[in-house]
Amino acid sequence: MLVRPKEGILDPQGDAVRHSLRKLGFDVATARVGRVIDLDVEADDADGARREIERMCQELLANPLIESFEIRFEEM
Amino acid sequence: MSDRPLVAVVVFPGSNDDRDAAWALGSVGAEPTFVWHEETSLPKGTGAVVLPGGFSYGDYLRTGAIASVAPVMDPVRRFAAAGGPVLGICNGFQVLCEARMLPGVLRPNRQLEFVCRDAALRVEAVDSVFLHRCAIGQELVIPVKHGEGAWYADEGTFVQLAARGQIVLRYTDDVNGALGNVAGVVNETGNVMGLMPHPEHAVDPLLGSADGGLLLAALVDAAAAHRALVPA
Repeated sequence: MLVRPKEGILDPQGDAVRHSLRKLGFDVATARVGRVIDLDVEADDADGARREIERMCQELLANPLIESFEIRFEEM
Repeated sequence: MSDRPLVAVVVFPGSNDDRDAAWALGSVGAEPTFVWHEETSLPKGTGAVVLPGGFSYGDYLRTGAIASVAPVMDPVRRFAAAGGPVLGICNGFQVLCEARMLPGVLRPNRQLEFVCRDAALRVEAVDSVFLHRCAIGQELVIPVKHGEGAWYADEGTFVQLAARGQIVLRYTDDVNGALGNVAGVVNETGNVMGLMPHPEHAVDPLLGSADGGLLLAALVDAAAAHRALVPA
């Protein structure tokens, strides 16, 4: 699960990171800081797992007012 | 049983203003009682609920997010739905937003610094039970101490809230980058309020200001009224 600050939402943490990168001489136009959540989920198929994880995102893992999320799968 | 209205102060792991809140509520006529976050009901006769300041669950995930799904939030939600007054202070405000009991969300301060100082606030609306001891335009001095207090909502929501009188307190200067300098909001029915400043730290002139007492005393009034309405 990748959780990111939504487009257009002020991200002070990302701004601070960009600022520091520029001080180090890296020419970075924007930096956005989000988070990665790794989940091990048992499911019969990817669709079922996706629905379950989407509910987790809506109910707890992301705040849809300010964050967008993306679900990526790795089959075990 | 005491004739002082019972006010439940919820304690989450990491709450740290629960005892100050209880002390301050006692000083304005309440009978405070602590309620642990794993409780699935509120004490019989509860007239109001306070979600105190602190760092519930270490602010993990997002401030207030994990507390917002704690077992105690079910009875708190039912209490609010029945018209019971609920006040969230600082972390309590963050919890109420994450629980979708209040509009918007609290984000990291724009300056990325913890802010800890007295803040001047302007009263914007007095229709809710929490502000009835104040006048519109009145200035209150109440301390803030938070790292994630920048209230945010989308533009449409913000305009609608302001029109409905749900923006109740604003900072008179830019404290943390909050949209519209918003310091406190109420829900649509006016019985749930959240604010970042700490009224429990401003109930005695000796501590710099007693303005917080106006809000807490109003909560105690509301607790008495609610208890009279809903027999224990």
